[in-house]
Amino acid sequence: MKKIILSLTIAVLALNFSRAQEINIQTEINVLGQTKPIPVCLSGFTGEAAEVLKFDLYVQGFSFVSSDAAQYVISGSDAGNVTGNVTDKFAKRSILSRTYNGASTRRQAHAFADDIVQAIQNKKGIGQTKIAYKSQGASGPGEIFVADFDGHGAQAITTDGAIVAKPAWVPGKLALYYTSYARGNPDIFYHSLSGASGGQRRVIAGYSGLNTSAAVSPDGSRIAMVLSKSGSPNVWVCSADGTNLKRITTGVQDSSPCWSPNGDWICFATEQNGRRRLAKIPAGGGTVQSLNTAGVSSPTEPDWSPDGKWIAFTSQTRDDFNICVMPADGSGSPSVLVGGQNPSWAANSRTLVFNRAMGYRQVLSVLDVFTKQYKDCGRATGSNSQPAWAK
Amino acid sequence: MKMNRLALPLVLALAATLAATGCKKTPVKVTPMPGAQAGNVPDNQSANTLPNANTLNPDANPNVTSGSTPTAGLDEFEGMKKDAAALAAYTIHFSFDSAVIKKAEHANISAVASALSGNQSDKLLIEGNCDERGTEEYNRALGERRALAAREALAKAGVSPDRIRTISYGKDKPADPGHDEAAWGKNRRDDFILLHPK
Repeated sequence: MKKIILSLTIAVLALNFSRAQEINIQTEINVLGQTKPIPVCLSGFTGEAAEVLKFDLYVQGFSFVSSDAAQYVISGSDAGNVTGNVTDKFAKRSILSRTYNGASTRRQAHAFADDIVQAIQNKKGIGQTKIAYKSQGASGPGEIFVADFDGHGAQAITTDGAIVAKPAWVPGKLALYYTSYARGNPDIFYHSLSGASGGQRRVIAGYSGLNTSAAVSPDGSRIAMVLSKSGSPNVWVCSADGTNLKRITTGVQDSSPCWSPNGDWICFATEQNGRRRLAKIPAGGGTVQSLNTAGVSSPTEPDWSPDGKWIAFTSQTRDDFNICVMPADGSGSPSVLVGGQNPSWAANSRTLVFNRAMGYRQVLSVLDVFTKQYKDCGRATGSNSQPAWAK
Repeated sequence: MKMNRLALPLVLALAATLAATGCKKTPVKVTPMPGAQAGNVPDNQSANTLPNANTLNPDANPNVTSGSTPTAGLDEFEGMKKDAAALAAYTIHFSFDSAVIKKAEHANISAVASALSGNQSDKLLIEGNCDERGTEEYNRALGERRALAAREALAKAGVSPDRIRTISYGKDKPADPGHDEAAWGKNRRDDFILLHPK
């Protein structure tokens, strides 16, 4: 009983910082491109651990300030193992205290970043997730690569020396679909990356003409893609193994299908009355419904957020590309966030990986859509594009 | 006061939390790595051993012949020899973001059609390409539409569409690596590759 009374006193004291509470509440209301980052003070970490923590937290909506201006103080050490503490300055209590062992400093720092995000935002962090993408060196057509979401630990998945495109993860599995010209035609491959089948792949769409832009349904059972076997590039859907093929669109200019998180809809880029549009259609086929992308030109490359709320896409002027996000229910117009293309959502439905031009090459970058904070993935060489975030 | 009414549930929630955890001395928690919460993606160690692709089996294509398709099956072109030089003079070019064949290119279409009518055992590969200004997958579809537009024009000129195969390289195979309109104009093209029987 004594404990409860003491706790209540502390709680009431904490409430006297009523302005602080208002700030705290404010951070829960996220507005595309306009949310203020959560101010934290980071101290005690050096080198790689500090770099990882800053990268991971920055692209999930945190900013780094002095202790005086911070809402949370993150302290600790990376001498030996990573050890970290998080204190809520307004509530005046420790909300996280943990040490990590094994693997590498880098892995430990990512795990700590995830625990910080969980403790402060009550969301699962993205620090230990993977991306797949297309990487082109100075010569050669490029290969499919897999790396940590921040670009580290990159590894080639293909070694065909053929044009590749548009990797897509099977949700919850170490397996990819992608386009490869290895057989002299753009075909869609399924490629397992784990277990006894690791390294095995097979063509699931190898029809005459174009086979590309595979997108896997959220339950992994169906593939949406672009085929031109009918005589024009349209959206088709098949089972995960390529069977049960069905054409679902008939537009003159269809591309880039993606799935709604409930698997009911496919959103894609198309054309209506001479204007480029985004539209959605029931995944089994049906009536095409145009989406309202008023204010931006030539929308393409839609990606539906895992929580169902948002559709990210690329808008295009004659020479520029921009990453845009709009409410999936049509309740608002698109927000133009930063220059870039090929957005792909993380599982947290707030961070996107995309590629942006740096001179004449493309670099991968990671964007928090609410604060508009973004950072380029590290150590990239060559031109990297079409990232897909494992979910 | 409104603030206080809003705050009351917060007080209670906070109090409950603190009552449960606040006054115990919490030992530092240790998370062994790789963490159990790594989920469905591999830790770095297994990433380092991700298997590369196996060698391709060229016959492992389950569906070249399935369904009824307006385009000829790829197997119809199996093993044919590519002759890129024969029709190189008849490459056609397109306007920005367009798959419409310009009037000025009709002479090239006619020339390709008569080359094909000269030898009925020859076939044709049309390679559609784009400049670098569209997105990659949009351009892959645009290149295919350009190749299909030429296929259609050749069909009107009397060439059976069954003798024609299309491929789109999008913006992945520019004729000119430059970054100006002079290069872009050259890259928005269909190349015609004559295919001889083996």
